Amino acid sequence: MGEFEAKGQRLIGLCLLGFVLFNYPILALFNLPASVFGIPVLYAWIFFAWAVLIAAMAWVIERRG
Amino acid sequence: MLQGWVIVVTSFAYLGLLFAIAYYADKRADAGRSVIASPYIYSLSLAVYATAWTFYGSVGRAAADGVGFLPIYIGPTLMIALWWVVMRKILRISKANRITSLADFIASRYGKSALLGGAVTVIAVIGIVPYISLQLKAVSNGFLILMQYPEIVMPAKVGAVPVAQDTALWVALILALFTIAFGTRHLDAAEHHEGMVAAIAFESLVKLLAFLAVGVYVTFVVYDGFGDVFARAAANPELEPMLTPLEGVAGNYANWVWLTILSMLAIMFLPRQFQVAVVENKDERHLNKAIWLFPLYMLAINVFVLPIAFGGRLHFPAGIVDADTYVLTIPMAEKQELLALLVFIGGLSAATGMVIVETIALSTMVCNDLVMPVLLRMRSLRLNERPDLTGLLLGIRRGAIVAILLLGYLYFRLAGEAYALVSIGLISFAAVAQFAPAALGGIFWKGGTRRGAFAGLLAGFVVWAYTLLLPALARSGWLPIGLLEQGPWGLELLKPLELFGLKGLDQITHAMIWSMVANLGAYVAVSLSGSPSAEETRQASLFVDVFRGAGSAGGARFWRGTASVPQLYNLLARFLGSAGADEAFDAYARARGIAWPREQLPADAELVHHVETQLAGAIGAASARIMVASVVKEEALSLEEVRNILDEASQVVMYSHQLEQKSHELEAATTELRAANERLKELDRLKDDFLSTVTHELRTPLTSIRAFTEILNQEPEIDAAQRQKFLGIVTKETERLTRLINQVLDLAKIESGRADWHETRVDMREVILDAAGAMEQVLQEKAIRLELKLPPRVPPVRADLDRMTQVMLNLLSNAVKFCDQAAGRIEIELSERAGWLRIDVRDNGPGVAPQDREIIFEKFRQVGDTLTEKPHGTGLGLPISRHIIERHGGRIWVESRGEGACFSFTLPLARDAALDKAA
Repeated sequence: MGEFEAKGQRLIGLCLLGFVLFNYPILALFNLPASVFGIPVLYAWIFFAWAVLIAAMAWVIERRG
Repeated sequence: MLQGWVIVVTSFAYLGLLFAIAYYADKRADAGRSVIASPYIYSLSLAVYATAWTFYGSVGRAAADGVGFLPIYIGPTLMIALWWVVMRKILRISKANRITSLADFIASRYGKSALLGGAVTVIAVIGIVPYISLQLKAVSNGFLILMQYPEIVMPAKVGAVPVAQDTALWVALILALFTIAFGTRHLDAAEHHEGMVAAIAFESLVKLLAFLAVGVYVTFVVYDGFGDVFARAAANPELEPMLTPLEGVAGNYANWVWLTILSMLAIMFLPRQFQVAVVENKDERHLNKAIWLFPLYMLAINVFVLPIAFGGRLHFPAGIVDADTYVLTIPMAEKQELLALLVFIGGLSAATGMVIVETIALSTMVCNDLVMPVLLRMRSLRLNERPDLTGLLLGIRRGAIVAILLLGYLYFRLAGEAYALVSIGLISFAAVAQFAPAALGGIFWKGGTRRGAFAGLLAGFVVWAYTLLLPALARSGWLPIGLLEQGPWGLELLKPLELFGLKGLDQITHAMIWSMVANLGAYVAVSLSGSPSAEETRQASLFVDVFRGAGSAGGARFWRGTASVPQLYNLLARFLGSAGADEAFDAYARARGIAWPREQLPADAELVHHVETQLAGAIGAASARIMVASVVKEEALSLEEVRNILDEASQVVMYSHQLEQKSHELEAATTELRAANERLKELDRLKDDFLSTVTHELRTPLTSIRAFTEILNQEPEIDAAQRQKFLGIVTKETERLTRLINQVLDLAKIESGRADWHETRVDMREVILDAAGAMEQVLQEKAIRLELKLPPRVPPVRADLDRMTQVMLNLLSNAVKFCDQAAGRIEIELSERAGWLRIDVRDNGPGVAPQDREIIFEKFRQVGDTLTEKPHGTGLGLPISRHIIERHGGRIWVESRGEGACFSFTLPLARDAALDKAA
């Protein structure tokens, strides 16, 4: 049960992190008229953070022990 | 090439393929070799979340306000991270109680309340029907637009076409057929629809591939990559502000947050999501992969939304082409016929997938939680006397499927023009979000009551209807528009879109805030103001404590009464058919190792509970309760009794915890005891060794004494010199014997801790000089040179003077014995280290081999061959010395490098002596 609970808590942590990343004021920081690799910063940030969040979730779920 | 018949044939071919896949999966399931028992299929089936609304509508919304569509997919990503905690619990509860729909879940939690189940069903149907009509609209629009190829013409207003020629109607009817074929093929107590799930998973793949295809085409073929699209958008004064879309509006971030929360709730409580995530789940472990695969799917299907949206805006002049159709119209404008067809099929996949699962879920609710409870209460129908009701059940469901789809079509005909796609979807989201307090509260809070849940649902629903449905109807022209602009009866405060004067938010956020306040407030307040009934208390415990052993068998504890096996069997057979009933009883008997169908199955609480659970799978918890109650005699448990049972259960859990702890302690004690026993055995063996060695050592001198006295006794005429010599030997051996016995006694005394120690301040210089003086005679006899290296003055140690002298004499006589016979030399060195005194006694004898350096400190262990060589001593001197030194807190050891041996020992300085010195 220990490992189950630990995973659950890590995932809850990621959910809260996501809530912070995709929210005011972090989101407002990227609402700029600039671009990275031709992509507006806000869009780039959202998709980047989203991908990282999914990767972190996969890591928490799939790693053993 | 893109004539009408091509589109129609392709569409039917695609639907035929779906039929084939579903048919194959169903056959495989019947053969017991499920194709859908895989985490990947499970994840893909969850993607039924992405409907035509995603497929066409995301681009539409992005074209209007940039990132506004993203919270709808980010919300579920955040929610699914919580599934490990929340969804696992819901899955466990649902499997234990054979929950087959969301309505059933909520009804079952609050005391199997038919009223609550009915309320959830009504809200779900009212909330979801517009969403279904949205799918019909999407398919029919897509079809009509594609038909006009190569022209790009927006379809005429709905209603302009006669009903019989309306594509949407045909789509609705075909989908009804499909849904009936795979959703109600037979009655399954677990409500698994494997064929349907396989088809849905396939559709999820098709819509993803179609969307990615058009996305890649628009981004990389029509334009020159992401950078190019965005650069052109930035150069366009109309689009440029959309690159930083969150600026300006005050409520923007609030809207964003509420949309995220709304989508988090939707992914849990949309009937179709509950269906695929909970009801169709084959294995709890499939959650693992789904938790990251499903968000990945959503990420993938959204990557190209913005390029397509900007591409469309750049491509078409404003106001001509509806942004909701860009995915289809861009390939058409570029004369990509195949791609356009693929997109249409993708949209068809997204729409049909949603419609099929949603109608199955809704029809189960309508049948089990709305129609059946009413029918079973109507005595005039005499349903109790009908032997087989499976036909009736299937008939109701099929009827419900057709009715729901036709309702969807009706809404489409009447109100479909009022809003863009996204608004309709969100109104549905907000409707199902009303289930959240009752459902989530129900699995974590035991205090929630039936009245509270009902009050919350009602309040939330009324606010939802007032703030979202009413404006929708007013805009469709069904209600006077003045209702929105001036408020009812001209009351500004009650304006549906600015309730109580709350302004500056979009209408979804506005509705969510007020409906959640009303819903949660009523749920909590009413729950707290009353107290739960016995039935509610029991169900609350079964739901909230599902992980604490209150599983499927837990429910049986609460039943008291009498029943008979044939009655229970007949009851089950009426709803599941006799094959289904046989199977259920077989499974029950097998699990308990009882031979069925012989009359040995006891009609006890467990069997009754099992039958009720199976029945609940077919007709819902509330109806199952009524039916079981109608064939058994049962005692109603009072609230007090239920609480007692729960207390007992929690005590049992507590006792078992304690028992476990005790057994751990016992285990530890056993290990300790075993170790102690080993040690005792070892000591026993040592004692035996000691005894046999001692007796052996005693016998040697005794033998020699006896031999000489016998000689003296038997031969009286032996000459005087001889006699004197013999007597001398006898005396010497007797002395040795005495010494041996003394040392044995001494050692025993020290070892047992009974020795007397007289500690005083001892000057080791004096001890060494005394010992040397005592040995002077022997040293001279053997011509051994003794060298003393003593500092002029050393601090005293706290020790027993006699014992110290004994140790010195031991070491000195050892050295005498073993040093070189011809030119013996012994050296005693006294030195002072930090806090210690060290004494070394060196000889120039043969030394001690490394492997013997420890052994010589053991009792009676003299090095060398004791059989051939005459023993040099008692073999007890060094062990005794070690005991004495260790008793004084010091250490004794031997070193041997090259020539001779060096016995050393250390003694701690007396504490006050160390202080003296420091001062």
